[in-house]
Amino acid sequence: MLLIRCPYCEEERPELEFRNAGEAHIARSPNIAGESDDDFEKFFFIRSNPKGIIYERWRHMHGCARFFNAVRDTVSDRFLMTYKAGEPKPTKLPGAAK
Amino acid sequence: MIAAFRIPGAGRLKQAETTRFSFDGRSYAGVEGDTLASALLANGVHLVGRSFKYHRPRGFLSAGAEEPNALVEIKRDAARKTPNVRATVQELYDGLTAQSQNRWPSLAFDVSAVGDIASPLLSAGFYYKTFMWPKSAWKNLYEPKIRAAAGLGVAPDQPDPDHYAARFAHCDVLVLGGGAAGIAAALAAAETGVRVILADEQADFGGSLHFESGAKVDGQDGFAWAQGAVATLKAMDNVRVLSRTTAFGYYAQNFVGLVERVSDHLPNPDRELPRERLWQVRARRVVLATGAIERHMVFADNDRPGIMLASAARTYLNHYGVAVGRNVGVYTANDSAYAAAIDLKKAGVGVAAIVDLRDNPTGPVIDEARALGIEVNFGRAVIRAGGKLRVSSMTVQPKNGGGERTIPVDAILMSAGWTPSVHLFSQSRGKVVFNDETKRFVPGIYAQDCVSVGACNGTDGLSATIDEAYAAGAKAAKDAGANTVKGTKPKVDASESWSRGMLGAAPGAGPDTTVKAFVDFQNDVTAKDIRQAVHEGMRSIEHVKRFTTNGMATDQGKTSNMHGLAIAAETLGKPIPQVGLTTFRAPYTPVTFGSIVGHARGKLFDPTRKTAIHPWAEAQGAVFEDVGQWKRAWYFPKPGEDMHAAVDRECVTVRKTAGLFDASTLGKIEVVGPDAAKFMELLYTNPWEKLEPGRCRYGIMLREDGFIYDDGVVGRLAPDRFHVTTTTGGAPRVMNHMEDYLQTEFPHLNVWLTSITEQWAVIAVQGPKSREIIAPLVEGIDMSDEALPHMSVREGRICGVPARLFRMSFTGERGFEVNVPADYGEAVWEALWAEGQKHGACAYGTEAMHVLRAEKGYIIVGQDTDGTVTPGDAGLDWAVGKKKTDFVGIRGMARPDLVAKGRKQLVGLKTKDPKVVLEEGAQIVGDPKQAIPMTMIGHVTSSYWSENCGRSIALALVAGGRDRMGETLYVPMPNGTIEVEVTGMVFFDEKGERLNG
Repeated sequence: MLLIRCPYCEEERPELEFRNAGEAHIARSPNIAGESDDDFEKFFFIRSNPKGIIYERWRHMHGCARFFNAVRDTVSDRFLMTYKAGEPKPTKLPGAAK
Repeated sequence: MIAAFRIPGAGRLKQAETTRFSFDGRSYAGVEGDTLASALLANGVHLVGRSFKYHRPRGFLSAGAEEPNALVEIKRDAARKTPNVRATVQELYDGLTAQSQNRWPSLAFDVSAVGDIASPLLSAGFYYKTFMWPKSAWKNLYEPKIRAAAGLGVAPDQPDPDHYAARFAHCDVLVLGGGAAGIAAALAAAETGVRVILADEQADFGGSLHFESGAKVDGQDGFAWAQGAVATLKAMDNVRVLSRTTAFGYYAQNFVGLVERVSDHLPNPDRELPRERLWQVRARRVVLATGAIERHMVFADNDRPGIMLASAARTYLNHYGVAVGRNVGVYTANDSAYAAAIDLKKAGVGVAAIVDLRDNPTGPVIDEARALGIEVNFGRAVIRAGGKLRVSSMTVQPKNGGGERTIPVDAILMSAGWTPSVHLFSQSRGKVVFNDETKRFVPGIYAQDCVSVGACNGTDGLSATIDEAYAAGAKAAKDAGANTVKGTKPKVDASESWSRGMLGAAPGAGPDTTVKAFVDFQNDVTAKDIRQAVHEGMRSIEHVKRFTTNGMATDQGKTSNMHGLAIAAETLGKPIPQVGLTTFRAPYTPVTFGSIVGHARGKLFDPTRKTAIHPWAEAQGAVFEDVGQWKRAWYFPKPGEDMHAAVDRECVTVRKTAGLFDASTLGKIEVVGPDAAKFMELLYTNPWEKLEPGRCRYGIMLREDGFIYDDGVVGRLAPDRFHVTTTTGGAPRVMNHMEDYLQTEFPHLNVWLTSITEQWAVIAVQGPKSREIIAPLVEGIDMSDEALPHMSVREGRICGVPARLFRMSFTGERGFEVNVPADYGEAVWEALWAEGQKHGACAYGTEAMHVLRAEKGYIIVGQDTDGTVTPGDAGLDWAVGKKKTDFVGIRGMARPDLVAKGRKQLVGLKTKDPKVVLEEGAQIVGDPKQAIPMTMIGHVTSSYWSENCGRSIALALVAGGRDRMGETLYVPMPNGTIEVEVTGMVFFDEKGERLNG
């Protein structure tokens, strides 16, 4: 069972309290009704499935109930960092700890 | 009376304290502290089981958790039967009853042992080759036969009466394994004051000190030192010591699963005690001190009862005081078997000969064996064992061929060397490396915050082990935050040391194809099978493993994996590291379902949700149905009524007078804040800004893909406050969906969401008399049609308690939904019931509710929709705000496929024969005469008998359905084809006049 740091509660809590909510940093267009079929396809259907670093959304379901973002390495299943929803995608990642 | 093979004064048990037990119906005497294995051996019993595939007689291979052969059934009573218990770890208690398995009619004479003669038919991969055809034989012949033959023990056929506990724990240093290494590491860590947990699978701590007679620590015998050290640890407040506790799984971020066997060793366990306790431990640092497991020698008929690991024979002697024979032979490729021969010889047991595969080994144990007068042969191999139900001889030959010599023996002790137990390390995702010199895989690259010490790390000798473990324990404590180290390291005065050995098949293992030289005892895999797998094209060890099933039994190949790998590597002509090692998976030893399930069974398996009105419905004799976690009243049968009669009566009564319905399970969410209306505009298809406070609207929620996600009536209580209802099953995900958008897409909106499902009890009062029933109890609300029209909401009081009164209808009749605080739900229901009685109203359940709404063509999301239905498909276009520029799903709805012609649309169906009720889910076709498989153009989503309509009614999703009005379609069923007519969705009161009736 993973330990996940909730950026709102500011502590590590067991995975049981959280729920994954899919890939992060996929913004819904403010003019979604006017989007082309291709743009809507990219927004709604296409997701990356990387071997390595993934940016994803989690919800502290059985805690503060907030949605937040996380950076996880899909190979080691390690969380590199978590940060609040709405904060920009981090450009610098902390070195993969042992 | 002392048992025949118990040596007076030998071992550590108090031989005067005897216990009785039985095996296969025969009664025996054991000694307190025995295992079932040591007690049987003390009585001269070696034959305890039959093998899995060939039904060969089997005895004890080991004295520990790695045992592949001695699996028995332990029976306490009819329900407490445990199959496949390893006799080597089952502690003896007075009255223990054990039975052998996998034999018929008896252990000594097993009919299925003909499998041994016919064994060429059962070679590696036989499942894949033999049962290929004909196809039909699978169902009728092969599968039943294989299922009957598969498995060892028999599963109990009664519910498990025991209970199982579970604990979560946190510590700084978790030490797994309580031998010399684990104890030293725990001492070092504990002395710093950090929180330490020390766990070992055995009843007594000490690990290999159980048998190592040459170990001396701090001036004491090694085992005695271990007991003293553990007593010291137990007395410390910061230490938890768990015996009989197996670490079975090592998971992410130092999360370790352990099972503690609490009462299986007790003669009459207190039923208040759990049988087992699951520990889920999160540790800052883990110290792995899991030891090593001895390997057997691979030679012909090496599975005969009486042939066992040298360390096992030594354990039975030095700890249990039991001789495993009177005249034993020894077959070895390393030094450790010498120590067993020496100990047995000194205890008065005859040692016929030591056969050592090595050419010219030297060392003190060899000199000592010779000095004791034991015959020692170098460069020789045991090429086969004699005897069937018990070994009777060993045939010896120079390893490069030559004259044979048969030596009579009644036991053979063997040792091919020691395999470090890297199971948990490997589970932690650490990578092992192969040490070519010592021929063993040892921990290499670590993936988690753990450290391996002692034999599992490839460290030889007690002195080096304690040095390493003590330092590692202190460092683990320091890494976990300790700052003071003040203890003293235990001092090793004398120790034994051995390493090396051999991997793979010895000369006695073939190449003769009829020879059975076992690699994996539990799955009956021989050296020949592994060679054959390679010859048939298996290259990866993972393929060899699956083709032969080597290492795939419940012992997970603890004794067999390295031999199997070496034989495959030799046959492939590749070095061992290139062939690779199979993956180690949890659990280390079998874990009961009970310990994993814990308390989560029966009523505690899943929460049961009951409404405030539940007790009333129960008292009325309601039949309940499960809707998610909720119990809902399904129908209220009167004496003599079946479900059909009750539902018909309820449906008719509601339309004639009135009915009361418990709608409390409906999801309810309060949407509050200055931007509440803006938020509603974005989450629902409907327009909300202009909805006046006090009015309601039927809302549809879509997902971004444009499909219907949920629906419900929404009341606007105030400009900034909406009372939203959802489907019963959809409430949690609708709340999640709303929160998701509010927190992440529309965080600029000033809105607060609160789940109020459980705060409000909801009583629907529906029917022509509904107003008369409610009105006498209402204060502060004008109930006239002008003041409270259909689809409106008012706050006031009913029976003196605060109420939100909705005028709305899910039946098509004049109707109300009374919301009161849940605590008052039952009292208000009773008051409304009393009023209702005056008018002949009934209570109705969910079945009548379904029929009544279907009569009106009202859909149920999740029944008439399935996640691929748009508002247009459901005939709900009117509920989509045409002028809106944004809401969730607005773009998805415009996708080409969602606006294409010919989509499945919701329509009504009337069977040509009004008495025939369609089956929900039945498929619909246009032409019943077409060839099978027919083109299906839709399916029935809802179907009922409607007493009010005097006929059956149905809703269905049909391709291009609304263009097919009046068309005849067909529903093919096993008993014939049913003709149906496509109709509109409203079957009763098409004009909707009854809403104000």
